[in-house]
Amino acid sequence: MNNTVPGDIRPDHGIIAGWVSEGASVLELGCGGGELLQLLSRRKHASVNGIEIDESYIFSCVARGLSVAHQDIDDGLSEYADGAFDFVIINQCLQELRRPHTALSEAVRVGRKVIVGFPNFAHYSARIQLAVQGRAPVTPALPYQWYDTPNLHFLSISDFVQYCAKNRLSIDRKVFLNNRGTIRWWPNLLAGSALFQISRNGRSLLK
Amino acid sequence: MQRTDRSTEIVETKYLTFAGPPGELVLESGERLGPVTLAYETYGKLDRDRSNAILVFHALSGDAHAAGYHEGDDRPGWWDNMIGPGKAFDTDKYFVICSNVIGGCQGSTGPSSENPRTGRPYGLDFPLISVRDMVDTQARLIDQLGIDKLLCVTGGSMGGMQALQWVVSYPERVRSAIAIATAARHSPQQIAFNEVGRQAVMADPNWNNGAYYGGTPPTRGLSVARMVGHITYMSDESMAEKFGRRFKDIQRGDKFEPDFEVEGYLQYRGDNFVRRFDANSYLYITKALDYFDLDNGKGLENVLKGIRTKFLVIAFKSDWLYPAYQSREIVRACKLGGVDATYCELNSSYGHDAFLLETAEQEYLVKHFIANVSENNGNVRT
Repeated sequence: MNNTVPGDIRPDHGIIAGWVSEGASVLELGCGGGELLQLLSRRKHASVNGIEIDESYIFSCVARGLSVAHQDIDDGLSEYADGAFDFVIINQCLQELRRPHTALSEAVRVGRKVIVGFPNFAHYSARIQLAVQGRAPVTPALPYQWYDTPNLHFLSISDFVQYCAKNRLSIDRKVFLNNRGTIRWWPNLLAGSALFQISRNGRSLLK
Repeated sequence: MQRTDRSTEIVETKYLTFAGPPGELVLESGERLGPVTLAYETYGKLDRDRSNAILVFHALSGDAHAAGYHEGDDRPGWWDNMIGPGKAFDTDKYFVICSNVIGGCQGSTGPSSENPRTGRPYGLDFPLISVRDMVDTQARLIDQLGIDKLLCVTGGSMGGMQALQWVVSYPERVRSAIAIATAARHSPQQIAFNEVGRQAVMADPNWNNGAYYGGTPPTRGLSVARMVGHITYMSDESMAEKFGRRFKDIQRGDKFEPDFEVEGYLQYRGDNFVRRFDANSYLYITKALDYFDLDNGKGLENVLKGIRTKFLVIAFKSDWLYPAYQSREIVRACKLGGVDATYCELNSSYGHDAFLLETAEQEYLVKHFIANVSENNGNVRT
């Protein structure tokens, strides 16, 4: 098999690959065509599994030699035992689920660590479009029109942090991104998207 | 399909006979049966380390002739669109074996075979057989062919059940399994349809408690059974597409003669079937399917636990005879049991028949799945 050219790796995938430990067991919810799982399998020798609802993505995953289940995350993860995986990843699909709370609850049950990536709805360009122009925001991280968006839920970085606090989830790692790279300051205003690593009882950065 | 005259496509059915007295086969029921003959065909070449063998199982009415052409035939085997050079089961790379099942009537020992004790066909003296018995006899064939470990076992419907049973009976001998449009056990609805078929056969006066050999076979009953079967193999949508409410071209005008195309089709299928299939085999095999229960009260995940065979499970959305939920149950049990499984639910309007007809996506999945298992030969996690 070919080695992936480093330049081809999406920034969020690169960060996630840095967080996942060597040889870990990984379940990705909404794994799409399996790019991230393949990266984790090759770079971290992770034992990887995916769940994906879109049939065309299943073909791509199978072509990559990945184990993937064609199912709806909204139906739950009852076939997996508590702590069955070192990592559960929900990257860029939380906002498309009908029941994101169920998915997150299941993810922290099944995964000892959970990595969540999502577009930040409170990015300043979204705020301007909504507040000044009075239009539903269309941003690089949320590139859809209101009538064709797959997104059902819109959340900001602050929303997610508050969600974790309310549900007693500890935030063990976090990275904020815009289209030029990672950023540190005023993430809820300046970040297009965010990545969090959370767990039920890990070290908390929330205090 | 246009026939191409390639000598490699001419295949013939072979036969293996074993378990002659006193070493008869002990069946799951405890009864003994022997000698046993299995009809089988092979395609492609076994490689030097004997690691490229794929065992294919047929469905209820199928036979060992899965691919290629028999001399003089103008129709290929039943899974020819999946098996052959460059196809999903690529015979340039793999050695593909298809075996007829015990209890059948297409060259393997079944109720129409001669009972060595009486010199006449067994009829209902033939013992009840199970899917496990089918698999155990195939294991003898694989032994005979000098194959220790199969690259893959695969089949649709009843063939999928055999694939599942193979994994459970011989986990160390199967590296991967592709189970298509199948179930770990029959639902009441599936049993119900089979029972209607069996009752139709047995209601035919010619059935004569199974002792019709040498006389007139119960063709009406078997034909009705097949008609019911065919309804369950299709879908509302595929029937509407294929027949609509169109009438047949030739109508005789009798009151209850079939005049819709769909009626004519079912009759044609029924009449065709009785020419090639034995009514008693139909009873025995459908019974084996109804009794099949991989779970066996133990919980399927416990049955599969620790098995290192890699699974590909495929279901079809319009299949209402073996609905997708049954495939999902298999996958769920794999996940709970820590068994590596990939699942895909394919869009198709063909109903249960899709595994024989809707092959483009199925071919893609199968081809890549096997290639991956094959490439990772020495790389299996322990």
